[in-house]
Amino acid sequence: MGIELPAGVTAEALSEFLLALADDELVLGHRDSEWTAYAPILEEDIAFSNIAQDELGHSLVWFSLCEKLTGKNPDEMAFQRPWEDFRCCRFVAYPKGDFAYTVVRQFLFDVAEQVRLIAISSSSFGPLREISQRIIREENYHVMHSQGLIERLGDATEESRRRMQSAVDVAFPQSLGIFEHLKAEEELVDAGFFPGNDALKSAWLAQVVPVLRKATLTVPVHDHKNTFAADGQSDDGGRQGKHTVHLQALVADLQSVYKLVPNAKW
Amino acid sequence: MPLEQRQVHNVAEAKAWDVLQSVQDPEIPALTLVDLNVIRHVKANDQGVEVEMTPTFMGCPALDRMKEDIRIRLQEAGFKNVRVNVNLTVPWSTDMLIESSKEKLQKFGIAPPPVLQESLPATLLLPVQCPFCNSTETRLESEFGSTLCKQLYYCDSCRQSFERFKPL
Repeated sequence: MGIELPAGVTAEALSEFLLALADDELVLGHRDSEWTAYAPILEEDIAFSNIAQDELGHSLVWFSLCEKLTGKNPDEMAFQRPWEDFRCCRFVAYPKGDFAYTVVRQFLFDVAEQVRLIAISSSSFGPLREISQRIIREENYHVMHSQGLIERLGDATEESRRRMQSAVDVAFPQSLGIFEHLKAEEELVDAGFFPGNDALKSAWLAQVVPVLRKATLTVPVHDHKNTFAADGQSDDGGRQGKHTVHLQALVADLQSVYKLVPNAKW
Repeated sequence: MPLEQRQVHNVAEAKAWDVLQSVQDPEIPALTLVDLNVIRHVKANDQGVEVEMTPTFMGCPALDRMKEDIRIRLQEAGFKNVRVNVNLTVPWSTDMLIESSKEKLQKFGIAPPPVLQESLPATLLLPVQCPFCNSTETRLESEFGSTLCKQLYYCDSCRQSFERFKPL
């Protein structure tokens, strides 16, 4: 128990940050697992089942670090917490949609996570550095996988292009919510914990836009200072607990077995 | 960790390491937890033993099974007060597998991981030898496999699928 924090950073600030990381992984991991036994081809079935497991593993690591601040263990966080207390972005909670939507969401999220992990692998805060340096090597596989699918499906056939473009149209504005500011944003940036969500968003746009364009997909952005700026409204709210009904349904599903027989031993 | 770096302070610790050397990985029984280099510290004395381990992949579902296996085996060997702690922050990579593991994997039918290159794509571009026919006319079928620590390959020479320990 216990964790030493530098002056200027409260336990509340750090746990808000960690919860955003952990809940993004937990919730998207759950959505990924919905493809187990249903993906269009066996390799993708295996891939999404693996990715789901990886994301759950990553959420476990962030929850474990969070436990040192809040005293709540990862099982309590996943299975006993009311859905309103989750701090994932709205983006990860939307239903899995068709395979095109799943691929586009996964790609947009994977790169965002990679950018975030690279940034915090040089954080001023030791535990963030150590954990991200480990997780990032697993995450590189996710990016390689989802980027490969974008490249292949973007202009494979008329049908695949049509589906991929409608997936981008829906998913892209939603994905901007990944970078919604935290309450403790300034505090954490000043202390060098992470470079801030605006910086992460620029780095992310610089990476995702060229890949999508190369796959012949249109992205709602305009050029801005050597990178891009997103057009349209960001789908914010998740980081403040203002979620959509989709998260409510997902959490009910996630917690259903646990609630049937609380504290059951396997 | 390699034998020469392992800190053994007393007979109890030497005995504990011997026991751990025989605890198999639940998903790849050809390797032991010591081969995988996931046992990071062992502290033992007359009162009890404390083992610190780290997972290979963060989401490894076999982690609880490994902890349980360690506890049971050490108890069977006469250790009291066995404690197994999991450290999620110490570094681990496939470059840390002990050298003899690679041969054990190959014999077991799983291609061993290569030495990591400067990037993941560069690592995955290295030729991979089929563990069944030794041909390098093989290709990556999927970055993922039947467990988190494996990925799927196909051998064009003997026309068989095989798995490789995922370089991480």
